[in-house]
Amino acid sequence: MAQGVCVITEFRDGAFRRVSFEVASEGRKLADALGEGLTAVALGAGVEAAAPDLGNYGVDKVYVVDDARLKDYLAELYVPVVADLLQNLSPKVVLVPASVDGKDLSARLAARLGAGLATDCTQLKVEAGALKVRRPLYAGKAFAWYEWAPGALPQMASCRPNVMDCRIPDPSKKAAVEKAAVSLPGATKSQVLAMQKDVKGKIDLTEAQIIVSGGRGMKGAENYAMLEELANILGGTVGASRAAVDAGWRPHSDQVGQTGKVVTPNLYIACGISGAIQHMAGMGSSKFIVAVNRDPEAPIFTKADYGVVEDLFQFLPVFTEEVRKLKSTC
Amino acid sequence: MNVVVLLKQVPDTETVIRIEADGKSIVTKEIKWIINPYDEYAVEAALRLKEKKGATVIILSVGPQRAVEAIRTALAMGADRGMLVDDPAAEGSDALGKARVLAAALSATAFDLILCGHRAVDDDENQVGIMVAELLGVPHLALAVALEMEDGKVKIDRPVEGAKVTLQAALPAMVTFGGSHAVWNPRYASLPGIMKAKKKPLDVRKLADVGLAAEQVGAGAAKVKVTAMEMPPQRKAGRVLQGDAAAKAKELVRLLHDEAKLI
Repeated sequence: MAQGVCVITEFRDGAFRRVSFEVASEGRKLADALGEGLTAVALGAGVEAAAPDLGNYGVDKVYVVDDARLKDYLAELYVPVVADLLQNLSPKVVLVPASVDGKDLSARLAARLGAGLATDCTQLKVEAGALKVRRPLYAGKAFAWYEWAPGALPQMASCRPNVMDCRIPDPSKKAAVEKAAVSLPGATKSQVLAMQKDVKGKIDLTEAQIIVSGGRGMKGAENYAMLEELANILGGTVGASRAAVDAGWRPHSDQVGQTGKVVTPNLYIACGISGAIQHMAGMGSSKFIVAVNRDPEAPIFTKADYGVVEDLFQFLPVFTEEVRKLKSTC
Repeated sequence: MNVVVLLKQVPDTETVIRIEADGKSIVTKEIKWIINPYDEYAVEAALRLKEKKGATVIILSVGPQRAVEAIRTALAMGADRGMLVDDPAAEGSDALGKARVLAAALSATAFDLILCGHRAVDDDENQVGIMVAELLGVPHLALAVALEMEDGKVKIDRPVEGAKVTLQAALPAMVTFGGSHAVWNPRYASLPGIMKAKKKPLDVRKLADVGLAAEQVGAGAAKVKVTAMEMPPQRKAGRVLQGDAAAKAKELVRLLHDEAKLI
């Protein structure tokens, strides 16, 4: 009989990615609500040594597959291994990080297992012994609650990065580790040819805690240096509106909006962004919004917690200096 | 070479979303429908392959009759023929149900490459294309921002968190598209293109025509379903800071540090 919650973790470059701890923490919450156990599946190169630490976040037991070929995610290697493990474990609920790789893995697993999957969930709960999740549609212009059909197991959901609260890790708690007996498929039809790290290891927008974003009002690519500087001091990352990306000022990976990234930082500072509906859909779930725009009628001010009606070229240098002063004293 | 582009018709991204009286769908009256932007990038990439290497570009969609308009737009951009699976029995399908319909239609079509957006900007599910790849047993390369064909293999670039990856796969394969309008810059349909599109073949099929039993899809087969929709919490306009630029800068730092405790 199906039992318990199982989380799929993500291990890269010798460490679990933060999203793994987020799904583990959320998994613990659901397992407690069900009164059942929490297992984890951990694939990767060198993952075995790190696996017990998942216990810090509430995992009871980890099934590991440690192999050099699992260094990077490749569906042909990951999917059959995880699908077999899940069939043996037969969990009631499966949680996956809604990261780039997690999205591929979860959809393939759902198709292979004939399971129902809700992606990019922002809220999960157990009601009457069943999973119920809330997720955004139309990039956050609306939300929907999903439930699974009676008997449809496992109930699979992926968790949007940066949204679930991480438990405070308890270093005294270690998870039991079991090496899963699996054999990896041989030659694959697809390969990773190259992996090129972004310069300075820029934090991805979907996982950033602070975003300094610029729009049409930035007037040119060269002016983004101001935003880079501010973001650096704040430990954040730079984003952009579609207008700025279409103008060629910023790379597409910086685009925030319905046809770009949907972001949920603690702090979003919108500079020279008027607030088109498709942009606001992408950043409207930020916990805190600051808008800097010289047009007091700009729609962005209707969403901003703090509004600054100023020419950004006058305001930002002074503001950056004030932030620098603050950071040097604390 | 046959390139099949999976295409979904979605509400324009400028649409103001309102919830229908049933509480679990949106008001569709007066919506302007467009090709899902990420699928449009896939159409553009397919047409570039056609120009460079020679290919037949086939547009495939599952949906209601109105989706014909989106397929015609893709034909006007330069695609060769279209197919729509329009069957009331497919209504209410979850992602897996939709993927089953598309996979069944693809099984009856010779294909080398399947292209589509990584997600549709309505449900934002990020599932259907990947599930089609799984059901057909073909490799999938996600979030392409560049695509090349070389020695019978497809090669893409894709960004992941903090890095760029280059991947390749043997054909047949599925590629799902990321990037932005600025990356793919999809062409507009020309007037002669629109005239020609009217004469291009566009088949409308039922589930039985693609060899699928009605029980395998639709609301009855859905493993997961929407039970309620709600609007996001309304954000209220907050405080507008006063004074000159220097005073506002000082005040903002104080507020973010002391009140919001964010910096």
